[in-house]
Amino acid sequence: MTVGARTRELLSLVVVGAIVGTAFASVYIARQEIVSTESLSYALFFLGLYVAAHVITRVTVPHADPYLLPMAGLLTGIGLTEIYRLDEDDAFRQGLWIVIGLLAFAVTLVVLRLDYRRLEGYKYLFGLGALLLLALPAMPVIGKVVNGARLWVELGPVRFQPGEFAKLFLIVFLAGYLREKREVLAQARLKDLGPLLLIWGGAMAVLVLTNDLGGGLLYFGIFLAMLYVATAQVWYVLAGAVMFVGGAALVYTQVGRVAERVRMWLDPWSDADGGGYQTIQSLYSIGHGHFGGTGFGQGVFTDAEGNLLIPYLSTDFIYSALAQELGLIGIAAFLLVYMLFAARGFRIALLAQDGFSKLLAVGLTFCFTLQTFIIVGGIVRIIPLTGITLPFVSYGGSSVVANFMLLAGLLLVSNRANARSGS
Amino acid sequence: MNQQISRLAVAGLILVSSLIVGTTYWQAWAAPGLEQRQDNAIKVVAQFTIKRGVIYAGDGVTRLAVNRTRRISGQTFYFRRYPKGGLTGHAVGYSTRARARTGLERSRNDYLTGANANLSTVLDTKLDELRGKTIEGNDIVTTIRWRAQQVALEALGGQCGAVAAIEPSTGKVLVLASSPTFNPNLVERNFAAIQRARGPCPVAPLLDRATAGLFIPGSTFKVVTAAAALDSGRFTPDSSFVDPGYCIEYGQRVNNYDTSSPFGRISFAQALQHSVNSAFCEMGKKLGPDVILDYARRFGFYEDPPIDLPSDERSPSGLYQDGRLLPKSEQRRADPGRLAFGQERMLVTPLQMAMVAGTVANRGVVMEPFLTARVKAPDGSTLTRFEPDELRRAIKEETAAQLSQMMESVVSGGTGTAAQIPGVRVAGKTGTAETGRAGRNTAWFVCFAPVDRPQVALAVVLQNQSGTGGTLAAPIAKRVMQALLRVPSNSEG
Repeated sequence: MTVGARTRELLSLVVVGAIVGTAFASVYIARQEIVSTESLSYALFFLGLYVAAHVITRVTVPHADPYLLPMAGLLTGIGLTEIYRLDEDDAFRQGLWIVIGLLAFAVTLVVLRLDYRRLEGYKYLFGLGALLLLALPAMPVIGKVVNGARLWVELGPVRFQPGEFAKLFLIVFLAGYLREKREVLAQARLKDLGPLLLIWGGAMAVLVLTNDLGGGLLYFGIFLAMLYVATAQVWYVLAGAVMFVGGAALVYTQVGRVAERVRMWLDPWSDADGGGYQTIQSLYSIGHGHFGGTGFGQGVFTDAEGNLLIPYLSTDFIYSALAQELGLIGIAAFLLVYMLFAARGFRIALLAQDGFSKLLAVGLTFCFTLQTFIIVGGIVRIIPLTGITLPFVSYGGSSVVANFMLLAGLLLVSNRANARSGS
Repeated sequence: MNQQISRLAVAGLILVSSLIVGTTYWQAWAAPGLEQRQDNAIKVVAQFTIKRGVIYAGDGVTRLAVNRTRRISGQTFYFRRYPKGGLTGHAVGYSTRARARTGLERSRNDYLTGANANLSTVLDTKLDELRGKTIEGNDIVTTIRWRAQQVALEALGGQCGAVAAIEPSTGKVLVLASSPTFNPNLVERNFAAIQRARGPCPVAPLLDRATAGLFIPGSTFKVVTAAAALDSGRFTPDSSFVDPGYCIEYGQRVNNYDTSSPFGRISFAQALQHSVNSAFCEMGKKLGPDVILDYARRFGFYEDPPIDLPSDERSPSGLYQDGRLLPKSEQRRADPGRLAFGQERMLVTPLQMAMVAGTVANRGVVMEPFLTARVKAPDGSTLTRFEPDELRRAIKEETAAQLSQMMESVVSGGTGTAAQIPGVRVAGKTGTAETGRAGRNTAWFVCFAPVDRPQVALAVVLQNQSGTGGTLAAPIAKRVMQALLRVPSNSEG
């Protein structure tokens, strides 16, 4: 090996720093009509942050996949640039969250660097933790309803979405539980369907209690994917999918908000000023990008009075903003980064030696992929729109921190697999 | 487990690929459709980040539409301002957020926004976009003679009416005035003020009476009838008629404007000079509606005037029934006698009547009227120059010469003496269309001058009048002609 994994990571990070620096500079030029040292120092700070993260990986996971961290850096960098373009104050807060996210990343790596597999021993604790986190927003006093969905917890000045962490806990629990029970489940006897039904019920309960179709779909999708990998039973997936659709259909008839979402998916123009407004404005934004995009900092997101045309632009709809400014060429490249990230993640799962590691890596990777699909698919009307965050890009603290922990998990599995095959 | 992981990986990659396909659909396939949607606020706003081209009057210096720059949350917007206010509210139109665009601002939007594409301009625009430069539109130089336009509006003096003037040999539109006019600067901010306007007629200040207003032509239509009569070879200027003061049609009397003094035996030329209805009524009965309307079509009736304005700001002239053009199959049943002197159900636009006068002046060839003289790039170089276009030959040169002579006699010693300009030979025709109610006449004057080398052909219309075209419209035509021919006006000192 001529160039070590970590050196490749560092070189990639320098390239990412240059890309993000250029992107930020172009926003800056569009806004101030000059390039100042501020734009340069921003890029340097950003690069410094990731070089620090790189130092941590060099120490804790020297054999880990070298491309995941630079890709995460690219995504957060592009996301932060777009957020800065939309609202400077939000960008400052998001920058802080990225620092906190990288701290969480470092802590995860340091704590679990010797053997993350001891998590398996606490699998039921993680399962319980996932349930608790999911139930938190439904609690009185601390639970908060934002945009019609009960997903938030407010503790004093800090507001966060416990669901973002619940999915990580759920993946750790499932990895441990499925590794242990996979032979039994693979026989596919009726009496073993209990847990399946339980989790299906859980997903439905989440859906009803929190009004969060996207979350329900995400948790249940992760569960089905991991179940399939563990048992190789396709009919589990089929039965699960049928049950989810059936359950969702039932919810559709019972919960007005979900029915509304489906109606607006099929024909947003039937209520262009009401329920379909977001979807339509977001499509106009995407369409306005055409092939080449308007360029960073030059998209149109406000009316001539400066009022934002698309609600939740920097959180749920950041993809629409990016699609307009980057154009088809840019946004396709951007989605390819997600695809590459997923491909590297699945590769880690393939290379991992033990069942827990494989399931953990597969769960984390699929979670990342499915979440991307649910939000972007909703925006481009492949599926009904549900408000969840675009990993690493959307404005939102909980999401950023949770995704850095997801990244740390993948690097830990990768490090172990590569260290054993390499030595 | 690796087989399952591989399959799941494929599924995951298909999910992300579908996002690329979905985005491609919206950005490539569906984007043009999205752009055309009325509620696309992004497209509307984006139009205002383009520095629109300036619209100039015919002198190439006087600016009719300019930009006002405003910076809103880091973005530069260009909004329109019209330095001459209501002067060219209809022809130039407006470009606003609230009410989109009208007039040249709409029909020439591609030039004004720099979207008129050829390979080199597309490359330039793309390079400018990459450099972060504002897209600049191209300037437009119109054919409008703004001082004459001002004279026309002053002469109309707030009454409901219009003046359309063209250069007969080219079709250049020199004056396109519709009264009451409106201030396009108010459209964005205070549209209600425009709508509140009250006046002596059904006001509708936004209606471009010159190109879209439909009026009963009255005796001015006799020019078309005379053209048909002469050109078809059925009559000569010396053909004689006996005027009893009325004409019998379908067993009923159709009276002259003034029945008290019948002319007795008169020639065709005298019939036009004094606008004798009975003579034209007899002529119409002999020609039949098909021949008259066929000639009307040659002058451009029954089609939108081919002027470079949005199609909904132009109206075709012709026989109307219930607000629609009468189909050709039903025109046979039109009353030829009344049609011949412009009553029946004939409705015309002032622009069309200016084209009729222009055709006679231009030896029988109809020119396409146009408002855009040339397009200038931001660096001042001329991108496109619009050349005059013949619509078609309507009548023989000989017919045009005979008509010209007959129309000159109208001004020299007939109903249109009020349009005489010392030292200039003027040919014209008056018209007073009766709506059957007192004070609701439509007064007309169509004319061209100088007869030997025509430089201007125009039509004046006034709604809701109690007087005649000869006393009310002809003096307005005279003032506008004086302004266009740069003849000092004597009557006003």
